[in-house]
Amino acid sequence: MAYSILVENLSKRYCIGELDRERMFRAAMIRFFKNAFRKGETEHIWALKDISFSVEQGEVLGIVGRNGAGKSTLLKVLSRITYPTSGSMKVNGRVASLLEVGTGFHEELTGRENIYLNGSILGMKRREIDARMDEIVDFSGVEKFLETPIKRYSSGMRLRLGFAVAAHLDADVLLVDEVLAVGDAEFQKKCLSAMGNLSTSGRTVLFVSHNMEAVENLCRRAIWIHDGGVFQDGPAREVIQTYLSTFAGAGDSSYELKDMPRRRGNGDIRFTRIELLDDDRRGKPLIRCGDGLVVRLHYEASRCVRSPHFAFELFSEFGTKVTSANTWASGFEIPLVTPGAGFIELELESLNIMPGRYYISLWSAGVGSIWYDHLEQCAIMDVTASDFYHSGRSLKGSHCGLVLFPCSWKMGDRNGGPACGERPSLPEVDLETDARGSDRT
Amino acid sequence: MRSESIREFWDYRELFLFLVWKDVKVRYKQTMLGASWAVIQPFLTMVVFTLFFGKFANMPSDGIPYPIFSYSALLPWTYFSGALSLAGNSLVANKNLLTKVYFPRVAIPASSVLCGLVDFAIAFLVLLVMMAYYGIVPTWELLLWPVLILPLMSLALGGGMVLAALNVRYRDIKHAIPFAVQILLFISPIIYPTSVIPERYRTLMALNPLVGIIDAFRATVLPTRHVDWQQLGFSALTCLVVFLVGLFYFRKAEKHFADVI
Repeated sequence: MAYSILVENLSKRYCIGELDRERMFRAAMIRFFKNAFRKGETEHIWALKDISFSVEQGEVLGIVGRNGAGKSTLLKVLSRITYPTSGSMKVNGRVASLLEVGTGFHEELTGRENIYLNGSILGMKRREIDARMDEIVDFSGVEKFLETPIKRYSSGMRLRLGFAVAAHLDADVLLVDEVLAVGDAEFQKKCLSAMGNLSTSGRTVLFVSHNMEAVENLCRRAIWIHDGGVFQDGPAREVIQTYLSTFAGAGDSSYELKDMPRRRGNGDIRFTRIELLDDDRRGKPLIRCGDGLVVRLHYEASRCVRSPHFAFELFSEFGTKVTSANTWASGFEIPLVTPGAGFIELELESLNIMPGRYYISLWSAGVGSIWYDHLEQCAIMDVTASDFYHSGRSLKGSHCGLVLFPCSWKMGDRNGGPACGERPSLPEVDLETDARGSDRT
Repeated sequence: MRSESIREFWDYRELFLFLVWKDVKVRYKQTMLGASWAVIQPFLTMVVFTLFFGKFANMPSDGIPYPIFSYSALLPWTYFSGALSLAGNSLVANKNLLTKVYFPRVAIPASSVLCGLVDFAIAFLVLLVMMAYYGIVPTWELLLWPVLILPLMSLALGGGMVLAALNVRYRDIKHAIPFAVQILLFISPIIYPTSVIPERYRTLMALNPLVGIIDAFRATVLPTRHVDWQQLGFSALTCLVVFLVGLFYFRKAEKHFADVI
C-alpha cells in the first residue's frame, strides 16, 4: 500500500544550551538546566532516537507519550520546522502542520483578514480561502465580529476562528498537536467532530494528544513514544492501555489483608488478600470504565463454616456506597467452607462507573447476624477514563455522577426531519455549572 | 539545489505576499497620524538638518538648496535604515511562525524589506512638491528611482538577513542595530556632500555602497548634476555581493532557527 509518511532511523539531538527555555520538553529541560549552568560543557539531549515507522495513506495515527518524550519534536521534524540530526523522512503530498490554533494571527488585523493570513500560513491558496470563506465564517460562529480587530476578541472567539480555518484545510497530510487540549467543552466537541470528519476523508493524520479518549476514538493505530523512541506501535486500544498502565497511582492489583487492623468479626473466616484480575486471571493494574473485572478474595477459615456469605462493596471517594455485590443478594449459596485457605471469585462483566478513585470494603457473615470478618475500605481501586460511549469525549470527575449506563439515544420521528430551515440551536448544557450545582449537597 | 529552492519560494509566493500585505497593513495601525508618518519622519529630519547643519553649521551642499539636498538623500536613507532594522529584527518578531509552521524562512526578512517601499513611495511624492517649490524642473533621470531602489533593497535584504540570522542566536544584535544604523548615517553622504571628504579618503569611503547609491539618488533630482555611473556600478556590485553573502549565510543558518530562537 502507498505510504504517506516514511520515517527511517530519525534522530534529533539538541544541545542543552540551545534549548528553548520555556517550550521544548518542559520536563527534561528543568532537570537538565539545573546542572547545565556550568559553562564550557556541552550537554546533549536526544529528543528523538532512531525512530522508524511508516504511515499508510489515509491512516489516522495517534501518538501518545508523556511530556518531553519527543512527540512534539517528531511533529516538528515531520513538518520541517526543525531539521533531523540524522536519518531520513519522506512525506508524500501537501503537508499542513497544526501545532497550535491560529498560528500567525495578528492582533491588529480583523477576523476576516486573519482568516486569510492564517489560511495562507497553513498552506492554503488565496482561491481556496475565497471559496471556503463562508464555511469558515459559519463554522467559527464569529460572523458578527468579522470586521473587528481580533485584539478585541475573547480568547474563546480567537480559538474558534483559528480552528475554523484549520478545519477547512485541504492538505494530504495533517500533523496535529494537542489542539483539543484548549477551549471549553463546546469547543472541544466541535474540534473533535471536525477531527473525525478529517480522519474519514482519506487524509493522513498524525494526531498527538494527551486525551486518550480522543485518540482511541479517532485512531485505529497508535504509537507510544518514550524517551525519544518508539516504545510500542500497534492498535490504538492496546497501546493506550499499556501506556496508561505505566502511570503511577494506577493502583496495585493485589492487596495483602492478613495484617489489616480495624476489623470486626469473630475471625472464623478471615480475608487474607484481594486481587483485581482480568478475564485471563492476570493482575490488572489499569482498570478503565467499562472494563470487565474479576475480584478474587482469598480467605482463611479457622474451622468449618456453614453457609457463609461474602460481599464486595465499592465506595466513592466521598464515601457514597456505589454497590454491594454479595453472595446473599445474588443467591449464590456456599454450603460449607472447610478449614484452611481458599478463595472466591466475583466476576464483573462491565464496570459501569465513572473514572475516579474507589474504596473497597469486604465482609463475610453467616446466618443470624454473625460477622466472620468485616474490612472497611481495605483497598483502593482507581478507575481510569475510557471511551465508554464511543464518543471520544472524556467524562471527567463528578460532573456526570457515579454510574455509566450502557445506553444509546434515539430521536423521535416527529422531530427527526429537517423541517426547520435553520440549524437548530440546542441549548448547551454547561457541565461545569451543573456539576457545581449538584455538588452543593 | 538552487533552482529547487527558487521553485519552492515560487510555490510559497502567496504566503510571501500575504506577509508583505500584513506588514504594510499593521504598520500604522492604532496610530493617530497613520501613513503620514511615512512623510513626517524624513520631512522633520530634513527640517532639523536644514536648520542645524544647513543654517547654523553652514554645511556646504554643492550649491543646491539644503532642504532638497538633504531630503533627496534622506528618502533612500530612511527607507534603507528602516528596512535594515525591520529585517534584522524580523525573525525574532515572528518567532511564533518559525516554531509552528514551515515555509521558506527568507520570506520573513524579505517581506520586511518590501513593506518599506510603500512609505518610500509616499515620501517621494513630497519630494516632487518640494522640487516644485524650489522651481527645480525634473529631468528624465528622476525616472531612475525605481531602478536605483533595487541595489538599495538588495543591500538592506543582504544585511538584514545576516542580522536576522545572528539575532536568532545572539540577541545582542537587537541592541547593535540602532547603533550600527547611526554610524552608517555619519559615514554616508547624507548630511554632507561627498565633496567635503578629502581626496585620499574617497576610495576608502567608496567601499560603503551607500555612497554611490545615495549620490546617484541625489544627482537624479537636479538638472545640473548627473549620475556617476562608474561609482554607481561599483556600489551596485557591492550590494549584490552583500546580498549573495547574506543569502548564503541565511540559508546555512536557517536549519537551526527553530531550535535556537
